Amino acid sequence: MNFKHKYLFLLPGLLVLLGILIFPIGFTVRLSLSSWDSFFPGLDFIGLENYTRLFTDDPRFWESFQRLSFLSVTTVFLQYTIGFALAHIVWKEILFQRFFRVLFLIPMMTTPVIMTVIWKTVFHESLGPVNDFFSLFGVTPLWLSSEALSKVTVIIVEVWQWTPFMFLLLLAGLLSLPKEPFLAASIDGAGPIRKFVYVTFPLMAPISIGAIIIRLIEASKIMDTVYVLTSGGPGTSSETSSFYIFIKGLREFQFGYSAALSLTYLIIMIISLTIIAKMLVKLMIRS
Amino acid sequence: MRIFYVTLKYTAVTLWSMFIIAPFLWALSTSFKDFNSVTGGATYIPWVDFEPTLEGWRVLLRSPAQGGVNIVEPYLNSIFVTCMASFVSIVLGTLAAYALSRFTFKAGFIKNDDITFFFISQRIMPPVVLAIPFFIMLGKLGLLDTLLGLVMVYVVLLMPIAVWIMVDFFNKVPIEIDETALIDGCNPYQAFFKVVLPNSIPGMVVAGLFCMIFGWTDFFFAFILTFTEVQLLPVAIVSLNSSITPWWSLSAAALVSVAPLVVVAFIVERYLSKGNLSGALK
Repeated sequence: MNFKHKYLFLLPGLLVLLGILIFPIGFTVRLSLSSWDSFFPGLDFIGLENYTRLFTDDPRFWESFQRLSFLSVTTVFLQYTIGFALAHIVWKEILFQRFFRVLFLIPMMTTPVIMTVIWKTVFHESLGPVNDFFSLFGVTPLWLSSEALSKVTVIIVEVWQWTPFMFLLLLAGLLSLPKEPFLAASIDGAGPIRKFVYVTFPLMAPISIGAIIIRLIEASKIMDTVYVLTSGGPGTSSETSSFYIFIKGLREFQFGYSAALSLTYLIIMIISLTIIAKMLVKLMIRS
Repeated sequence: MRIFYVTLKYTAVTLWSMFIIAPFLWALSTSFKDFNSVTGGATYIPWVDFEPTLEGWRVLLRSPAQGGVNIVEPYLNSIFVTCMASFVSIVLGTLAAYALSRFTFKAGFIKNDDITFFFISQRIMPPVVLAIPFFIMLGKLGLLDTLLGLVMVYVVLLMPIAVWIMVDFFNKVPIEIDETALIDGCNPYQAFFKVVLPNSIPGMVVAGLFCMIFGWTDFFFAFILTFTEVQLLPVAIVSLNSSITPWWSLSAAALVSVAPLVVVAFIVERYLSKGNLSGALK
């Protein structure tokens, strides 16, 4: 089916999106070639200077990028494991099935930044309930102000917030699986573990890959949580790429340099996500 | 073995439920505290551990001039921006998704899948990349710190979600439906509006719910692109988190802001159980 009016369906959306985006993207490219900052606001042309600085003289950016990779891979792995386990449990018969399904969805409906403010009070080092509990054992871990633990805190909050999204995608997938393979497995006398390994998991592979990629994309944007919870601190020990770009751009107003950071970051993200997607496809389809 | 499995299952579910509920209970308890019961160390149960007060909740309704925290206006702003942006995204997204699912486009090396990918790829864009140019662009257009400016930006954030869900949905609506309508003498517009669209309500509801979730919970753009004239709810609440944090009103405000979308969780679960989501999410 094909007719000349097909563009009338497509173009309104496409044009609105392009219209709003074309300036920001084009402008970012141009900005990245200028030295625009708060002292000399203006579009001069300095060639690739910003990029040279980024690749030779900015370890902080690359550190923040490593940290981001670590944080997003860890959180997404935890979310996938926990989300799959929970989805698998409430997929089958269980008491209060609907109650659990609704409850497990709730965190993703809440505003991350607002819940993080609450989490900050939960993890408050002297007045919060977590350390109230730990003080029973005579220790008061520094959840927000020690280098190692502040990352753990960020991971806990991210897992709380976004496991439901993984849970939702995986449960929707489980509910759409055909019944026949399971019947066949039962007839062959497969137990629950074998059924999971040889039937459920392979059938879920495409959905799992989709869910993991979507979550990796969203997780790489992690910013709100860090901003509220630790502001990147102590020092720069919990700073992620987005947050670093934010500081350069909208705190220190080095617009030109932060545009170069943004574009480099965007390109790295697109390349690495494509590679990860390809790897996951190979890994999951084969097993 | 079976008993072991059942025990494990219920233990896991119970533990996770406690983890999910914990911050809400803590916030609820905190919202009834006052200065002394917060600064004296962690307390939990009203009347036993501390004397409850309604102050945290009363503050929310008072005007700022009387020392209150105004969240009514940000609340209405948030509702307006989320609904408008979701509505625009759904309308434009549905139309585009229909075109991408039913017709073949070809312009050089660009095909349908590439256009779909273009829409969806907007979600890969980290918000910081767009924030600065948006800041400058809205400033030039005089739309900084206005509701209209925010709606524009949110459409960019939400339309990819609408297109993503609706393309998938239309691909599962049999094309025979369109063809029958065309044979019966409808023109393509009538076929779409009278026949296909009524059959697509479930998909549009799901897409709408997702747009609302992501619109309502966004913080970053609202934070960057507004200052004083217009404030959205997340920004208003986070700004309470200043040097001396009033934990009680903060908790109360957080609970109030989180409440409406909890209803969404019930609706999503309904769709999930009826099997409508599996088609729309994949």
